Amino acid sequence: MNAGQQWVAFTTILVKEVRRFMRIWQQTLLPPAITIALYFVIFGKLIGPRIGEMSGFTYIEFVVPGLIMMSVITNAYGNVVSSFFGTKFQRSIEELLVSPVPNYIILLGYVIGGVVRGLAVGMIVTLLSLFFTDLQVSHLGVTVAIVFLTAVLFALAGFINAVFANSFDDISIIPTFVLTPLTYLGGVFYSISMLPPFWQAVSLANPVLYMVNTFRYGLLGVSDINVAWAFVMVTGFCALLFFFSLFLLERGKRLRS
Amino acid sequence: MTAALSIRNLHKQYDNGFEALKGIDLDVQPGDFFALLGPNGAGKSTTIGIICSLVRKTAGEIAIFGTDIDRNFSLAKQYIGVVPQEFNFNQFEKVIDIVKTQAGYFGLPSKLADERTEKYLRQLGLWEKRHQRSRMLSGGMKRRLMIARALVHEPRLLVLDEPTAGVDIELRRSMWQFLKGINASGTTIILTTHYLEEAESLCRNVAIIDQGKIIHNTSIKQLLRQLNKEVFVLDTREALTGMPTIEGYPGQLIDEHSFEVEVVKGKSLNKLFASLSERDIHVTSMRNKANRLEELFVSLVEPHRNETAEAQL
Repeated sequence: MNAGQQWVAFTTILVKEVRRFMRIWQQTLLPPAITIALYFVIFGKLIGPRIGEMSGFTYIEFVVPGLIMMSVITNAYGNVVSSFFGTKFQRSIEELLVSPVPNYIILLGYVIGGVVRGLAVGMIVTLLSLFFTDLQVSHLGVTVAIVFLTAVLFALAGFINAVFANSFDDISIIPTFVLTPLTYLGGVFYSISMLPPFWQAVSLANPVLYMVNTFRYGLLGVSDINVAWAFVMVTGFCALLFFFSLFLLERGKRLRS
Repeated sequence: MTAALSIRNLHKQYDNGFEALKGIDLDVQPGDFFALLGPNGAGKSTTIGIICSLVRKTAGEIAIFGTDIDRNFSLAKQYIGVVPQEFNFNQFEKVIDIVKTQAGYFGLPSKLADERTEKYLRQLGLWEKRHQRSRMLSGGMKRRLMIARALVHEPRLLVLDEPTAGVDIELRRSMWQFLKGINASGTTIILTTHYLEEAESLCRNVAIIDQGKIIHNTSIKQLLRQLNKEVFVLDTREALTGMPTIEGYPGQLIDEHSFEVEVVKGKSLNKLFASLSERDIHVTSMRNKANRLEELFVSLVEPHRNETAEAQL
């Protein structure tokens, strides 16, 4: 395929992915908006004033960046894992496998599809947050870059989960037992400076902490971790997962017999 | 002339150790309508799966119009359209989206994709259903949808894996007409089927595959020439107590009102009827027992199986 044909193939996959989650917006866009709005109400307005300030900000100001990032992470991951596994399950993946689309275009199509949903939900949540607090953006470049890279990283992780999954149970295990604990313990609701030294050290092994804190740095200008190191790490993980995903596609892992 | 499909020494061993293909050689010429026949588990779908890249080969070489799939699979795939045995489209998508999306996967610009989608959906009688979700279609419509999808990039080689399985006779015949038209316009077609009548009606050349080996590769005409006997079933008015013994017409009793006889091709049936008349047996109806090709198919596959079984002892 020449570059023009590859572009057509990429946009075809991407449009199909966007069309899919827009078609079922009641399952893809509405629930995270409602869930996060409830977080805003409970943690921001009801419990937040009793907690007081955190890192020099009101609790609602502190928690909003984390909740936006949490919605981006879960939706970027969830979109790719459910869409690609569904494609495998219905065997419509064969439409792609018999076509001349290069594997990296297949991967990019699905990953960017996941990124679009992650960012769409992130945008909805951001707009909802404006009903509860005034958002400021301290470092626009950092904010945009980290939210995009995080969405890419978790979309790739969702793709790998979908490749290995054999059943619908397999696509809910990782989000339930890995993704949710990492996110909840990744500094969304608290600053790790509140933790004892041992648990601070343990928290530093959680990659989500770096993404949430870098995003918070982009919005509020404060962070528990080194932002430059966070970018290196997230970019490195993105590259690692991208090439691993590509390897799985080249090998036809659980796609070709 | 470069073959539309050239297969050399193709082997496939699955992860569980099952050897599905044991060194297949096959050539299909451009413009041919070629049948790949074989019993269940013979290796037909594995062969097609490898050609279409859904199955990884263990060893061997495949070239599509001279393009080696190991060297330039992307180009080779451009030449192929596939209609699989099982429905493999998204059941929640609209008919028109399924076909147009496939056009996009082959890099067709949007305008051309729209034109081709309309062309093939109209030709296959699905244009009126274009905005329906695919799961709402009947079984026959779903089969036609897969054919439209396979044709949208106008492949030079169309591969159909049992395309009329579960389709009623009327629709099957209309699909035959359509496929004959596609073939007449220059598209090479490879067909696997269980309906031997289908192969006899559509195809010019045939390969019979059994237990992972090609056991016969010839023209349909040549194959039929090998058939030198026919079996007729005769129904009688009188109840029979045993098989009437008539010299030169071996047979067997089916039930008390019917029996079958084996007749060498070209041999007169007059003597048979004369003998039956002498015994006051009145024949009320007579029919050919089975599809001719089906008989031949069994006669070719069974000895091969016996040889294999003996070799294993």
